[in-house]
Amino acid sequence: MNTRTHHTYSDSSVPPSGGGGGLTLFEKIWNKHIVKTIDDGPSVLYIDKHFIHEVTSPQAFTGLNKRGIKVFRPRQVVATADHNVPTIDQHLPIKEELGRLQVEALIKNCAEHGIELYGLGHKYQGIVHVIGPELGITQPGMTIVCGDSHTSTHGAFGSIAFGIGTSEVEMVFASQCLLQSKPKLMRIRVEGELKNGVLSKDIVLYILSKITASGATGYAVEFAGSAIHSLSMEARMTICNMSIEMGARCGLIAPDETTFSYIKGRKFAPEAEAWDKKMHEWTKLFSDADAVFDKEIFINAADIEPMITYGTNPGMGIGVSQKIPTTATINENDKSGLAKSLAYMDLQQGAPIIGQKIDYVFIGSCTNSRIEDLRTVASFVKGKKKAAGVEVWIVPGSKQVEAQAIEEGIDKIFEAAGFTLRQPGCSACLGMNEDKIPAGKYCISTSNRNFEGRQGAGARTLLASPLTAAAAAITGVVTDVRTLLN
Amino acid sequence: MKALKIITSRFVPINIENIDTDQIIPARFLKATTKEGFGKNLFRDWRYENDDEQQPRADFPLNQSQFSGEILVAGKNFGCGSSREHAAWSILDYGFRIVVSSFFADIFKNNALNNGILPVQVTDEFLQKIFGQDNETELTVDLNKQTITINSTGDSAGFAINSYKKTCMLNGYDDIDFLLSNIADIEKYETTTHS
Repeated sequence: MNTRTHHTYSDSSVPPSGGGGGLTLFEKIWNKHIVKTIDDGPSVLYIDKHFIHEVTSPQAFTGLNKRGIKVFRPRQVVATADHNVPTIDQHLPIKEELGRLQVEALIKNCAEHGIELYGLGHKYQGIVHVIGPELGITQPGMTIVCGDSHTSTHGAFGSIAFGIGTSEVEMVFASQCLLQSKPKLMRIRVEGELKNGVLSKDIVLYILSKITASGATGYAVEFAGSAIHSLSMEARMTICNMSIEMGARCGLIAPDETTFSYIKGRKFAPEAEAWDKKMHEWTKLFSDADAVFDKEIFINAADIEPMITYGTNPGMGIGVSQKIPTTATINENDKSGLAKSLAYMDLQQGAPIIGQKIDYVFIGSCTNSRIEDLRTVASFVKGKKKAAGVEVWIVPGSKQVEAQAIEEGIDKIFEAAGFTLRQPGCSACLGMNEDKIPAGKYCISTSNRNFEGRQGAGARTLLASPLTAAAAAITGVVTDVRTLLN
Repeated sequence: MKALKIITSRFVPINIENIDTDQIIPARFLKATTKEGFGKNLFRDWRYENDDEQQPRADFPLNQSQFSGEILVAGKNFGCGSSREHAAWSILDYGFRIVVSSFFADIFKNNALNNGILPVQVTDEFLQKIFGQDNETELTVDLNKQTITINSTGDSAGFAINSYKKTCMLNGYDDIDFLLSNIADIEKYETTTHS
């Protein structure tokens, strides 16, 4: 990899055998969930929790109905409506017909199969990867799946969590199992202290810029190191959330005191003796000192500055003070696509990204829509006003996040700044509902994907942290947030 | 699922790397509750000017009549991004049974195999050889032998697939049938290992 020359970033491929016999965190969880293994084939992997939503489940229910069978373990399935729901006037019937039909199908299917649904209007409704953790459903040592690639988010609790297709949703419905081959194992260690103005989003965008959007394909990635373990649970979720953007099957972080204290007392967290029993298991969930990874990457936290993407895959990111790469300076993976990407973005090779005009700011998505994200933005914008001509959408990850924001008066701060606090859902991250960025407009977004057309046909997305997005909301251009911090 | 043994066909080349599933089928076309009919929106935003079906983009291979066949050939890291199985459904519904690339994203590969689409992973070098052929060239993909051949030149390469998935594809079996046949073992696991 050409990035090896960078003195504080390095990678090494380690032979997969010959270690001291210790196990990785991934292997400890994986081994415990194998029902059986097919010769020269995949394993039957038992799934503890299955989250579903309205967009990738209807065909799976139809499949079950055609076979004349019911969901095998409905109590291990939790449903919500998030992908195509409106983020204003949620108390009214959904206007858009096809979206409404999907939400109605989910209600009907959950009722028929005895599945708990936190649908529109429910106090627990929200983005599936926000509500699982906040309700204490997501716990260490579990296997967790959902028909959504950002299921990797839940790995922040020390679980094996990954996105699946609809055929696989049907498999889990039918048997609470999946056929899976064990992935290769990678560890990414981030050591040291983060600089002021650098958030966990910047860590993951930095890693992506180094290893590219396919750098972890075929791997389960464990994030480790002092910089990772200094993060809050919500910040850790942001990193695991985007492990799929590296192509990883899943991302995970060993649980620690931060994890346990986050879970304790939540709605579905174990209590009393059950808690003690779980803690006995959870405290054993770490990679043994002599465990062997197929690949290891080391990153110095001090090298990371606020990041932003300029291109059309999440690996196309730079430090905000840097210039857009040229075909001479870019990594091999993105070389052939650079011209096409920059033509779509209407940006120039070698130009600075600072000062680029912004039309929209989107703060939301399963990556950055939690209460800490909203607090970070509120504390930065308090007393400031958004720039003229910029539209700012804040979309909380769940009803609980929304309620908490209102309780803390964060909604008032946003209102005073000219920001719009909308209702929970996936919203402009993927533009399935009416929250679309118009063609040709630039949106600085705290979401996870800057693919062509992702936020609306022709929309131009710049991915960044909530702080960098908030800075652009105030100035109207891409800004180094560090220049605005005290 | 439809069985697949051997296919000889012309191919449609899309020589672009990192094609994500948002390009294969944009999110606004995921609002269906069945698996049919997604083919008309395959590569929607690359196929039409301003999302207008009356204005196909002449430079996109799906709009060029000289390209046809059941085989799609694309640049490396095909199918990255969203897990939407609609991407596989749209490729199948359009009429492709095989996708050839030098690298596939994990979830897409599984989704393809679960729908009777064969992902054929070749080296970068062999992929470029295919892209170098003219539009009348036929490719032969033989699943049993695990080979892909450029018929005009005789160039051939092997590809990998695990023997379980191979059996499924050759016979049109799906994973659900297999898992349902293992319910007794799964129940036993629940009561013993995982209680």
